[in-house]
Amino acid sequence: MLRLYATVAAGGFRRHATYRVATAAGVFTNTVFGFVLSYTYIALWDERPQLGGYSVDDALAYVWIGQALITVCGMMGGGFEDELIERIRTGDIAVDLYRPADLQAWWFSAHAGRSAYQLLGRGVVPMAVGAFAFHFTLPSGPGGWLAFLVAVALGSTVGFAIWYLVAMSAFWLLDGQGVVQVAWLGGLFFSGMLLPLNVFPGALGEVARMLPWASLLQVPADVYLGKYVGWELAGAYAFQGCWALVLFGAGRAAQAAATRKVVVQGG
Amino acid sequence: MPFIELESLEKVFTVRVRGNAGLFRREKREVRAVDGISFAVERGEMVGYIGPNGAGKSTTIKMLTGILTPSGGRLRVAGIDPARERTRLAQRIGVVFGQRTTLWWDLPLKDSYRLMHRMYRIPDARFRENLDRCVELLELGELLDVPVRQLSLGQRMRGDIAAALLHDPEVLYLDEPTIGLDVVSKARVREFLRDLNTSRGTTVLLTTHDLTDIEQLCSRVMVIDRGRLMYDGELSGLHAVGESERLLMVDLERELPPITDVPGARFVRSEGPRQWLAFPATTSAAPLVAAVAAKYPLLDLSVREPDIEAVIAKMYGGTREERRESLR
Ligand SMILES: Nc1ncnc2c1ncn2[C@@H]1O[C@H](COP(=O)(O)OP(=O)(O)O)[C@@H](O)[C@H]1O
Ligand SMILES: [Mg+2]
Repeated sequence: MLRLYATVAAGGFRRHATYRVATAAGVFTNTVFGFVLSYTYIALWDERPQLGGYSVDDALAYVWIGQALITVCGMMGGGFEDELIERIRTGDIAVDLYRPADLQAWWFSAHAGRSAYQLLGRGVVPMAVGAFAFHFTLPSGPGGWLAFLVAVALGSTVGFAIWYLVAMSAFWLLDGQGVVQVAWLGGLFFSGMLLPLNVFPGALGEVARMLPWASLLQVPADVYLGKYVGWELAGAYAFQGCWALVLFGAGRAAQAAATRKVVVQGG
Repeated sequence: MPFIELESLEKVFTVRVRGNAGLFRREKREVRAVDGISFAVERGEMVGYIGPNGAGKSTTIKMLTGILTPSGGRLRVAGIDPARERTRLAQRIGVVFGQRTTLWWDLPLKDSYRLMHRMYRIPDARFRENLDRCVELLELGELLDVPVRQLSLGQRMRGDIAAALLHDPEVLYLDEPTIGLDVVSKARVREFLRDLNTSRGTTVLLTTHDLTDIEQLCSRVMVIDRGRLMYDGELSGLHAVGESERLLMVDLERELPPITDVPGARFVRSEGPRQWLAFPATTSAAPLVAAVAAKYPLLDLSVREPDIEAVIAKMYGGTREERRESLR
């Protein structure tokens, strides 16, 4: 079975690799947004140095990490849920269901392949451009980069699990767009895409840092910036891992309920 | 024991419709998509499952594959209850949904086959043998490196049929495999299916609303209408029961009086040099054509098969609309 899912992941990677123009457009957009946000953050940190415990160099690194991970960790959409919802809506999901493979494992493998491509194709270039233009904080050596990549992998997994759960709602609602929009808004805010979560004041910040969306950007960025030392790093991974497990479980339960009462649409 | 066995199988969908009571009040209504169907198919049979749109054909196929749970009745395929053991059954069945594809849209065709290889855990030698055979018979050689999204409908359909057969399924379900295909593609698909059934002994259940598919492939046909089995037997019997007629359209050299002197044919109408003759679907067109050609300056001709709607309408009296009216 592992070979099957490896094949699916490889397919997910190559599928997206065929869209070079889309990749180039994505890189361009991320880079432009990176610049816009960078100048905003510079102005903000000028007014309030050490805001949220970040130096201005940390804050700039945070901006470009966000741009690099946007499609990898699914802060503003997992990138696969539209396709999955569309398959549920049109009944094409029937084809996925009669196969001797698990639906969630299948889509997760495809997502993993796609994310790997997005990290290389859309993540590296904006990050390098940003580093060149702003000289922001870099991790301390290869160990720091490795720790960051692990956090990214976990963040990407949590991102998948969130959007899979969102997509499953289409079995009941058929028009999944309402749920997608709520999830999109929630993701935008609670992932820290607009402002780092450690800038959020009081109870709001505390709650935001406990929610699953914190796994997508805030935790990987803090790992990158070396904010976790020793066992704290294990704790950060555990936080992401727990949310991954809980949300995967919820996705499975939703999937089981949906396929039990399956409403496969159309002829 | 029959290979496929249905006993009073039912599928009832509950749909919500906007009621008259107000904007936000919704009424529930039941749709009996499959309404008590019983039949048995033996191993190695090739059966046509026909009926007009909305008759319940796809719903039946979905229950046979296990992706829909029946609301009532009993269902066994190879002794397995499909809905309960969908994954185990999947190893033994092949499915082609004409309007959907199992192929990877953005990737070359051969990538999808590699996926099937892994998914069904097909031994390497067996996989290569089956793929070579499908590639040859379905003429896929030049398409293997082409991304699926660039294939024509007919090419994609052939690609889908191959994908459904690489793991040597014992039964192949095809839901409208010829829908939207051109004549040449249809012929190729039919020829392949005939060969699959005769040389490999694969059981085939074919859903269609094209009677020609059935005529050329299936000795046995089941007709369903509004979720019920209306007929189960030989195709010729269906025509006899339905007293259906085929239409012969002839183009003559010039406008002539109605052709009424050819035995076995009934004049229907004419339009300039073009005339339409009806004759029983159970008789051959050849002697009729010969008789017309002998007496008239014939330029061109074509034969139109009776459509299923018409056959069924005749079988049960009145058109669908009329029957619907009478039910009110
Ligand atoms: N998921 C569904 N929900 C509600 N009604 C459905 C659903 N699927 C099919 N139906 C209804 O069941 C009937 C049979 O549909 P189907 O099996 O697709 O017919 P066919 O394949 O013969 O054209 C139709 O009236 C259709 O509208
Ligand atoms: Mg159908």
